Amino acid sequence: MNIAIASGKGGTGKTTLSTSLATFLSQTYEPVLVDLDVEEPNTGLLVRGDEVHAQDMFKLVPEWTGNCSLCGQCRDICNFNAVIQTGSSITILSDLCHSCHACSELCRESALPMVQERIGVLKRFRSAQLHRVESILDVGQDQATPLIAQTKDYVSEHFDDHFIKIYDCPPGTACAVVEAVKGADYVILVTEPTPFGLYDLKLAVELIRKMGLEFGVVVNRSGIGNDDVLKYCRDNWIPILAKIPNDRRIAEYHSEGTLISDGLQFLEGHLGAIENYLDLSVVAGAG
Amino acid sequence: MREIVIISGKGGTGKTSVMASFSYLGGKDLVLADCDVDAADLHMLMQPRIETTADYFGGLKARIDSDHCKNCGLCKDVCRFDSISVKEGIHGVDAMVCEGCGYCQRVCPAEAISMHPEHVGDVYISQSRVGSSMVHARLNAGADNSGKLVSQVKSEAKRIAMELDRKMVLIDGSPGIGCPVISSLTGADYVVLVTEPTQAGLHDLERIYELIKSFNIPCGCIVNKFDINIKITRRIKAFMHTKGIEFIAKIPYDEGFTEAMTEGLTILEYDQNGISTILRNSWERIKVLTQG
Repeated sequence: MNIAIASGKGGTGKTTLSTSLATFLSQTYEPVLVDLDVEEPNTGLLVRGDEVHAQDMFKLVPEWTGNCSLCGQCRDICNFNAVIQTGSSITILSDLCHSCHACSELCRESALPMVQERIGVLKRFRSAQLHRVESILDVGQDQATPLIAQTKDYVSEHFDDHFIKIYDCPPGTACAVVEAVKGADYVILVTEPTPFGLYDLKLAVELIRKMGLEFGVVVNRSGIGNDDVLKYCRDNWIPILAKIPNDRRIAEYHSEGTLISDGLQFLEGHLGAIENYLDLSVVAGAG
Repeated sequence: MREIVIISGKGGTGKTSVMASFSYLGGKDLVLADCDVDAADLHMLMQPRIETTADYFGGLKARIDSDHCKNCGLCKDVCRFDSISVKEGIHGVDAMVCEGCGYCQRVCPAEAISMHPEHVGDVYISQSRVGSSMVHARLNAGADNSGKLVSQVKSEAKRIAMELDRKMVLIDGSPGIGCPVISSLTGADYVVLVTEPTQAGLHDLERIYELIKSFNIPCGCIVNKFDINIKITRRIKAFMHTKGIEFIAKIPYDEGFTEAMTEGLTILEYDQNGISTILRNSWERIKVLTQG
């Protein structure tokens, strides 16, 4: 079971929900929490664990061997302007490269083999019944999407379908989010009941519907703002899995990074409701 | 003309609420640019009247002409993005996954594949309710190339500032440290960081600072909701001190921000209490810091 936790707007409580849900479920099952917000991964600030694995993550980019007839085909082929030819040399702008392999594989002189370039690091942690995998993008790298895709590949290779996997996704509705939620069995959209929250929720709903995924909403900081989010969900037949009340104590625990260790009781009722709604006891079987 | 970017690293720190307050204080002397293109919210507080709309085209997308396709499958073999699939024996492209590299087009023996720019959003030039010009955009859900859209929004804003002889372009950036953020920082003169005293806020502040440093742009910081956690607020202050980041202001936790937003107002119009004074002073300070 793959559960993606996403939101249009940033700062609505995605990471709070994903870490608390994973911790709560680890009392019964053996869930895997996956941090796909690779630009700003924060699950590790809220749940601790022992590091059991770390590996550098790479993207493949072409590297010029310096040995070719300078026919110019590679430069003409690249749709991203990542191949520059000046005088008698070829330069690759790896920031612009999308790793499509076209220049490399179509080069008749095999002068552009693909080589690895580091884009970040993946780490795996374990604490009691909870597994956690996070990837962190190197500062200055601008493409989060390949790292997200590779992180998901790592998770599918190491944890089979019996595991409940909870993916903490990046905010927004752009390409990185598409990559993160792709293939999810269920998407939980976290929002807050404010005009900003509602506007961004609608964009997220549009995206998730376009991708044909099943989804529901968790309203965080319930009680602030107005009722427009509830009305929107009702009018559009969108289930609300939980309404987590606005509570300054939750915010304070959260700020300290101790919500999960010391303040989980504030959320347990809501997390249990989500567990029931998704019938996790049935899907996970023995875990 | 000075270009000032407001960013936060972490989402939900109050960046857009602060941006709207400065937009209100700066009035018609500013040009506003909403570069948080995949969650563009500034328009809800600035209620812009749209004057012109321009199409935004993202990257190229492959299209397979099924009349000419021989279903040989070569395109599917070369695509590194799994964007080509076969349904009922017919090859087709999933536009949401296609990156537009054109490899498939180049290898197709039947010449059945063509590349087309995809219309993925709109760029608006508007007048905000406080009289300033405002450039904003709408990116369709799931579109890529948001960095390119950010550049387009910014360059429109700069063009307008030149034409109208405005001294400052104020930019609302997006969360994170990836391509749209890098795009919004390119060419900026000053960065205002809006953060919050949480473990996550501090962690993300450190990462966004690394990025700003690589651009060599001076920056200042506003700590929002500072009284949620005084200890972390002090750690943020210490961090800023060691990095030479100007501490512009700290703002207490106040649900007035949400209440004002619900009314479509900035907090300055909603509540004339201490927070308004803090924001006014911050704005005056930023004007001094960016006169350069």
